[in-house]
Amino acid sequence: MIRLAAITRVFRMGDQEVRALNGINLDIASGEYVSIMGPSGSGKSTLLNVIGLLDQPNSGRYELDGRDVTGLSETERARVRREKIGFVFQSFHLVPRLTAAENIELPLMLEGIAPAERKTRVDAALDAFDLKDRARHRPAELSGGQRQRVAIARATILRPTALLADEPTGNLDHRIGAEVMELLEGLHHAGTTLIVVTHDRELGARAHRHIAMRDGEIVADEK
Amino acid sequence: MNLRDTLTLSFETVVSYRTRSLLIVLAMALGVAAVVVLTALGEGARLYVVGQFSSLGTNLVFVLPGRAETSGGFPGAALGQTPRDLTLEDARFIGHLPQVKRYAPLNVGVAELTSGGRLREVTVLGSTSELLPIRHMKLSQGSFLARGSERSAQIVLGSVIAHEFFPDGKAVGQRIRLGDSRFLVSGVLAPQGESMGFNSDEIVIIPIDYAQELFNTQSLFRILIEARSRTDIEPARAAIRHVLKLRHDGEEDVTVITQDAILATFDRILRALTLGVAGIAAISLAVAGILVMNVMLVAVAQRTSEIGLLKALGAPAADIRRLFFAEALWLSLAGGAIGYALGNLGAWVIRLAYPQLPAWPPNWASVAGIATALLTGVIASLLPAARAARLDPVLALSGK
Ligand SMILES: Nc1ncnc2c1ncn2[C@@H]1O[C@H](COP(=O)(O)OP(=O)(O)O)[C@@H](O)[C@H]1O
Ligand SMILES: [Mg+2]
Repeated sequence: MIRLAAITRVFRMGDQEVRALNGINLDIASGEYVSIMGPSGSGKSTLLNVIGLLDQPNSGRYELDGRDVTGLSETERARVRREKIGFVFQSFHLVPRLTAAENIELPLMLEGIAPAERKTRVDAALDAFDLKDRARHRPAELSGGQRQRVAIARATILRPTALLADEPTGNLDHRIGAEVMELLEGLHHAGTTLIVVTHDRELGARAHRHIAMRDGEIVADEK
Repeated sequence: MNLRDTLTLSFETVVSYRTRSLLIVLAMALGVAAVVVLTALGEGARLYVVGQFSSLGTNLVFVLPGRAETSGGFPGAALGQTPRDLTLEDARFIGHLPQVKRYAPLNVGVAELTSGGRLREVTVLGSTSELLPIRHMKLSQGSFLARGSERSAQIVLGSVIAHEFFPDGKAVGQRIRLGDSRFLVSGVLAPQGESMGFNSDEIVIIPIDYAQELFNTQSLFRILIEARSRTDIEPARAAIRHVLKLRHDGEEDVTVITQDAILATFDRILRALTLGVAGIAAISLAVAGILVMNVMLVAVAQRTSEIGLLKALGAPAADIRRLFFAEALWLSLAGGAIGYALGNLGAWVIRLAYPQLPAWPPNWASVAGIATALLTGVIASLLPAARAARLDPVLALSGK
């Protein structure tokens, strides 16, 4: 359950102010599937970063699962991110020197889970995302689609309540992009809140709720 | 992230950035190796000198004419008079002191040794039968100056001299001319090699009376005294000073020093020297530390987006800091270990090249070298680690 009230995020560039988010009010219920669309620079990524507690608003109030998370300390925000949020990025952000399996294992390590259980869970994830024969490969040896599957496996290995995807298909061709979207939708069906930022109208249309942004404001919100 | 995972992950990182890691490890290793080798050298020199000096004898006290003024200047200068001679009579009095086990008066000079058409200059020691036990000398043939027969013209040859003059090995019983007098060879010293810059293989020893006559002097060069026991050394020294002062009309015109005091001085000086070179070597570790810091800062810059990712995955700042910290720890640990091995290898090579030098690195230096490497590495990583931990996750993710 995500509740944003009057969220403003202002960037200062020299003596210029950019209102990346300008008084955003937004409620997203648990288990929703939301797409966020809008022109470049309209504040989509910033919104996702604020929801994912990567970024902090200058003003406004943010409640996550009934708890005010606006003023949390850095350590507390890290914990909330670890436990409740999964990020999927356009450029995958895999650690190049770690294998697919090791990349997927990272959040489990950060959470301090014992090696034996980590192995079981990573194996299960590799299975679920059809990466079994790629477990020992490094990102450089994987295709774009495989990389994004590793990234999604990593984002969901701790079973987050919300999965935030910022243009997850931006670096993939159409067919692979569609496969990745199906994967994300599968996770949504399993109960995860899914928020996808995309440029692609067709992919955006598949969501159950469509938010349009412009100049840091929500200009449309349709179900 | 728990400690074990932090260490594992940072270890893998260190291994995967091979060139960078090797560079740092090398710099660290050279610093540690320098500490180990230099202290091994210093310690070796100390043990060598102390060992040599100890081998001169045990519980020794030396008497030399002239007062060693602490203010410098040569003996007796303060009083405007030359020091009184140190005589055989003085030595005999010292010999009667209860703390004195034995004593040997000593005269030293140079004279020509001739026999069978051979001629060479030799260092001549004049002394008594007691010189042999006091100085821990050994004979390879014959006997030393016979006790109570100081007035018979005997001579003991150093091993090299004996070999030069009597290549057939039959020196004992032969006659040989020293200066203007003829001597009967009574014994040959066992080869001893050089000790404290004095090669006893190339000397000859004759009775003290003959030496004084040969060099036309009544004054002794030294009196060597062996105290009865360790605890008698200081009382012996005091008693000798007292006796000689009485015999010399109340003037303290001799210097009485103990082997222990000289040893302690050598020991102190050489220890300080070792510590000094260790310190200088440690400075090279500080330089390595600066290198570590720079390379780590570059690493943080290179891995910005990875740090952003870790933050997005929910790593708190403390985890990031510890990861970089652990990297530095691994690098300095490897540097310390390799440096320790290199240093010991170097010390081993030195011992091979100079067998008489016990160039073993002291334990404290090895520990200090490795500890300094670890400390420098960890300190050097503080700033880069803090910088990484402080990165804004959104900016870091975009690689800025
Ligand atoms: N770190 C930043 N510093 C300054 N300006 C920023 C920063 N991040 C985003 N912006 C600005 O905020 C606005 C919204 O950016 P963003 O959320 O990335 O847009 P979108 O993802 O919709 O393309 C843009 O004008 C962008 O230039
Ligand atoms: Mg964006």
